[in-house]
Amino acid sequence: MSTPATAVDARGVGKVFESRSGTVTALQDVHLTVAAGEFVSLIGPSGCGKSTLLRLVADLEEPTSGELVVFGKPPRAAREAGDYGITFQQAGLLPWRTVSANVQLPLELHGVGRRARAMRAAELLALVGLAEFADAFPHQLSGGMQQRVAIARALAEQPSLLLMDEPFGALDEMTREHLQTELLRISASSGAAVLFVTHSIPEAVYLSDRVVVMSARPGRISGIVDVDLAAAADRTEGLREDAAFFAAVTAVREVLHGAPAPAVRGVDVR
Amino acid sequence: MTAALARRWLAPALVGVVGLALWQTLVVAADVKPYLLPSPTAIAEQLGQVRPLVWSATLATGANALVGMLAGSVTAILAALLAARSRSVDLLLSPTAAAVSVMPIVALAPALNTMFGTTSNTPRRLVVAVVVFAPVFVTTLRGLRQVQPVHRDLLRAYAATPRQAARTVTVPGAVPHVFSGLRVASATAVVAAVVAEYFGGLQNGLGSRITAAAANSAYARAWAFVLGAILLGLTFYVVTLALERVVTRRHGG
Repeated sequence: MSTPATAVDARGVGKVFESRSGTVTALQDVHLTVAAGEFVSLIGPSGCGKSTLLRLVADLEEPTSGELVVFGKPPRAAREAGDYGITFQQAGLLPWRTVSANVQLPLELHGVGRRARAMRAAELLALVGLAEFADAFPHQLSGGMQQRVAIARALAEQPSLLLMDEPFGALDEMTREHLQTELLRISASSGAAVLFVTHSIPEAVYLSDRVVVMSARPGRISGIVDVDLAAAADRTEGLREDAAFFAAVTAVREVLHGAPAPAVRGVDVR
Repeated sequence: MTAALARRWLAPALVGVVGLALWQTLVVAADVKPYLLPSPTAIAEQLGQVRPLVWSATLATGANALVGMLAGSVTAILAALLAARSRSVDLLLSPTAAAVSVMPIVALAPALNTMFGTTSNTPRRLVVAVVVFAPVFVTTLRGLRQVQPVHRDLLRAYAATPRQAARTVTVPGAVPHVFSGLRVASATAVVAAVVAEYFGGLQNGLGSRITAAAANSAYARAWAFVLGAILLGLTFYVVTLALERVVTRRHGG
């Protein structure tokens, strides 16, 4: 593959929102590198700019300072080249389209033929375990199923980067844990890098290779915790009760609450 | 199912029957003069006598309402599509729609009659079209504007062209709004078609029959035609509602 080894490279990125009531510094001097195939979570209190950072990578907003490079390109070029797939807290499915037609949307927008589209959608729905719901409409699906459809849609064009903005935020705990394991399996099989925004510490630890902890006002990175658990594909529910898992959760929590040294880098859990 | 159905229809039917009985009793007991208020039985008797005439008048007025409503809605939807695309068209059309909606357009009927001649249905259809335009335009435009932020982000993420955005998200998303406008318009379309006939012109519709009967002191007959107008209005409303149900069922309503 000719994909560069670095998926995302942020160098001193900042974002200031101007509004009538004044200026808000959403992000300040963010340095972050996401390697190809790496799973990185952004965690922090609300207002820490984690979603903003993801939106900058997606070129849904533009940074006001610093430089952001996605697969060696400016974010705009990466977006136009279809380098990433994206999901949001809301599944954001089109209610008047069937599940299959929703998954096909990105392919349709980029001129993929009808038959190829249908085949790819069937493949993806099988991957997320919703093959038998291809012809259902979104309102007939539960929240968790809708979010799986959104993930299938994000994977439609085999992107090298998956941007996920609190995709499980609105789901109940059991569905959430189930989907986390599903996501690990899916991301491992796709080989895509994942940038995952969450406000759940266990979720971030369970999923990630690295957890980026952010703090608010102004939004910036306060520490990065390396999570050295099993390889993504080998992580299973049992891991949630593992001592190493708890150690990593504790490490993230300490950075989050600014407890001991700010330079907690790498947690030795083996 | 049948119990729910019965509950749904029984209560309104009961209210109607009781109302009619009270009406009849009142007219008979208080000896109300027919020119003040004819009794339901007198109206029913008249309806039996002039039924073919009520039917043909209902068809004539219904045709005017239908043609006017189709013309008005199609114009309104096209105008809303233009206004949603271009800011300057919006600035041009939205105040016009507001002005049209407050204009007592039915009062223009006499002027239109002179314009198109008294043997034409065109003035009445025009009145209906103008009355229908405003609600359909306003709700359609609102629907076209109400794109969910998550869908807007999605379209941008996948680099959709404006045309693709319209076809995949904006226009289908506006459909329920279009129908809520049509539902409002369907009732006023019939009212406008009937009232437009009060100002002269062809003597073939419900409005002109009502005025003619009233002018001849045939009050019960006038009421028979009013009944025709009520049924016509209901038909328009129910058909629009049924269409709306069919189309928006897919929207998860």
